Amino acid sequence: MIDTTPSLMLVIAVGAFFISGVYLVLERTLTRVLLGVILISNGVNLLLLISGGRAGGAPIVGVTPDEDMADPLAQFMILTAIVITFGLTAFILAMAYRSWQMLGHDEVQDDLEDRRIARLAARNAPTVEGSDTSDVTDISVDDEASAARDDIADGRTP
Amino acid sequence: MSSYTWLVPLPVMIPLFAAGLALALYRRPRLQQGISVTALTLMLGFSAWLMVVVDSGPVVVNAGEWAAPVGVALVGDRLSALMLTVSSAVLLCVLLYSLGQGVSDGSEKAPVSIYHPTYLALAAGVSNAFLAGDLFNLYVGFEILLVASYVLLTLGGTFERIRAGAIYVVVGLLSSLIFLTAVAMIYAATGTVNLAQLSVRLQEIDPGTALVLQILLLLGFAIKAAIFPLSSWLPDSYPTAPAPVTAVFAGLLTKVGVYSIMRTQTLLFPDGRLNDVLMWLALATMLIGIMGAVAQNDIKRLLSFTLVSHIGYMIFGIALGSRIGLGAAIFYVAHHITVQTTLFLIVGLIERRGGTTSLAKLGGLAKIAPGLSILFFIPAMNLAGIPPFSGFLGKVGLLEAGVAQDRWLAWVLVIGSVVASLLTLYAIVKAWNKAFWQPAPDDVPDVKLPATMVGPATALMVLTLAITVFAGPLYDYTNRAATTMMEPDNYVNAVLSGEGRGDGESTDKDGPERVDDSELSDDGQEGVVR
Repeated sequence: MIDTTPSLMLVIAVGAFFISGVYLVLERTLTRVLLGVILISNGVNLLLLISGGRAGGAPIVGVTPDEDMADPLAQFMILTAIVITFGLTAFILAMAYRSWQMLGHDEVQDDLEDRRIARLAARNAPTVEGSDTSDVTDISVDDEASAARDDIADGRTP
Repeated sequence: MSSYTWLVPLPVMIPLFAAGLALALYRRPRLQQGISVTALTLMLGFSAWLMVVVDSGPVVVNAGEWAAPVGVALVGDRLSALMLTVSSAVLLCVLLYSLGQGVSDGSEKAPVSIYHPTYLALAAGVSNAFLAGDLFNLYVGFEILLVASYVLLTLGGTFERIRAGAIYVVVGLLSSLIFLTAVAMIYAATGTVNLAQLSVRLQEIDPGTALVLQILLLLGFAIKAAIFPLSSWLPDSYPTAPAPVTAVFAGLLTKVGVYSIMRTQTLLFPDGRLNDVLMWLALATMLIGIMGAVAQNDIKRLLSFTLVSHIGYMIFGIALGSRIGLGAAIFYVAHHITVQTTLFLIVGLIERRGGTTSLAKLGGLAKIAPGLSILFFIPAMNLAGIPPFSGFLGKVGLLEAGVAQDRWLAWVLVIGSVVASLLTLYAIVKAWNKAFWQPAPDDVPDVKLPATMVGPATALMVLTLAITVFAGPLYDYTNRAATTMMEPDNYVNAVLSGEGRGDGESTDKDGPERVDDSELSDDGQEGVVR
């Protein structure tokens, strides 16, 4: 029977990769999201490595005795996953660059529907607060909407 | 059926090979077009043939002749062959439509040379996902089609497409990572990724662990299939792509997710512990999706929301966990792939004729383009489930299956699907009134719809009508597919029929002893019927 007890360090590393990856994915900049995705995928690759059981010798008949072999299937799956992530990293980098070319930044833009809702919120906000600044209309509703959104993101009340 | 094993890999091999060829010939757009059309026509032919062949039992191909648990298997059974046939028909029609669009836009001089290779890679990925007999192979199939779809969605790199693409790509990537995590966990728990072997071993492990694995897998697939809490990426990203690309995405990509749910729920987790959860999710998907559609004022977004809503019907059929429910769900998938793609293609025509997809600005199309209105009306009524069309037949099948269960939850779902169906009709009629009946705006562009675009759209509409006319035989077929799927043993026995390692060659040096060939009279390369 193969010993499948994983090394504790690897398990902790997988957890750390996932936690920091999720944190980065929740950012608004595409490059940070990309870093998060890379971290998570490294975590998944390590998880695949753990799933293959304990470490061993090269799984080549005649080089390593049968009982000392590492599981080649897990490593094959990791290799495939690495290649796929590599290609997608290049693709996202290209997208981030294109976004930077056009907009000067690579922030993931709001969904159209979100923007519409934010605009409604911006229109209603002064009434809700009873503020008297609402007749100052030299800023467009769109700007107000984005300002309201940034305020929410920064933890201030709009 | 042993003589037909060569048929199974062809729907993957042909488009993949053609994709390489088309990429190499990027300087010769005419030749590229020829290659793409030929490849997809061949794919359609072979898939249809496979559909006939597998009706008498699944056909299994082992790569490198290694028998299933050791080697990687491709499995063609009724469900996958039906999905393949419908998908390749849709892929072919959409390709012809996009060619027509390219020709009439005069883009021949400046062709996007990667369009054809990517489109063919998408076709290969879809086929690979349908034929995979291996969880990891399914993952690879998903990746092929997703990567191709990322490229197609961001084609041209305009602002709007990069915006939508960023969300789509990140969501797609995360769903793939969740799926891969599930694969890793399943491998750790069972030591195999072969679907047939998993079907046996997952029943033997701790039920709690199995439940976690099931939830992880469902989570990955649910993002791809756009089931309610995980569906919000879809209506935002699909409408920005070019009309043919949106059409093929709407028709196929979510259905690959639905197919995977069908396959894993019946084969790996036949105890159906999550069926009640799926029922609620199906209800939420139907109702919330269709309410989104009612609120939309852009016909492309409206159709994207109806797409989300109708995914709920398929999940309903799967969650019933009964033979007739599954049969109706499979029928509904076949119907929905064609009808949704047709509608998106026709909306492409509407956009061309009316100059916009905003319902507020469209108008008078019934008078300006009567042919187009007929073309829109038939699939639209089909989608809403008006008799005698196939949408009605599919829904009746699902309702019958729900009523047959006679549980309160099934009744809730039955009522929910009727409500969603009526709301679909409302949304569609609203779109119809605004686009076709309200007074025409002053500045309707004076364009003539090219026959090369109308032709493929009409062909696809005829296909939806054919599904209606031949609903009887098709329903029998899907019911037979469901009957075999409800008994996982059919699949397991077909894949694991060989006792040994198959006929694959390996080194003799210090290796395990070769299996005696005389004992392996007929294993490895063929699935034994039933």
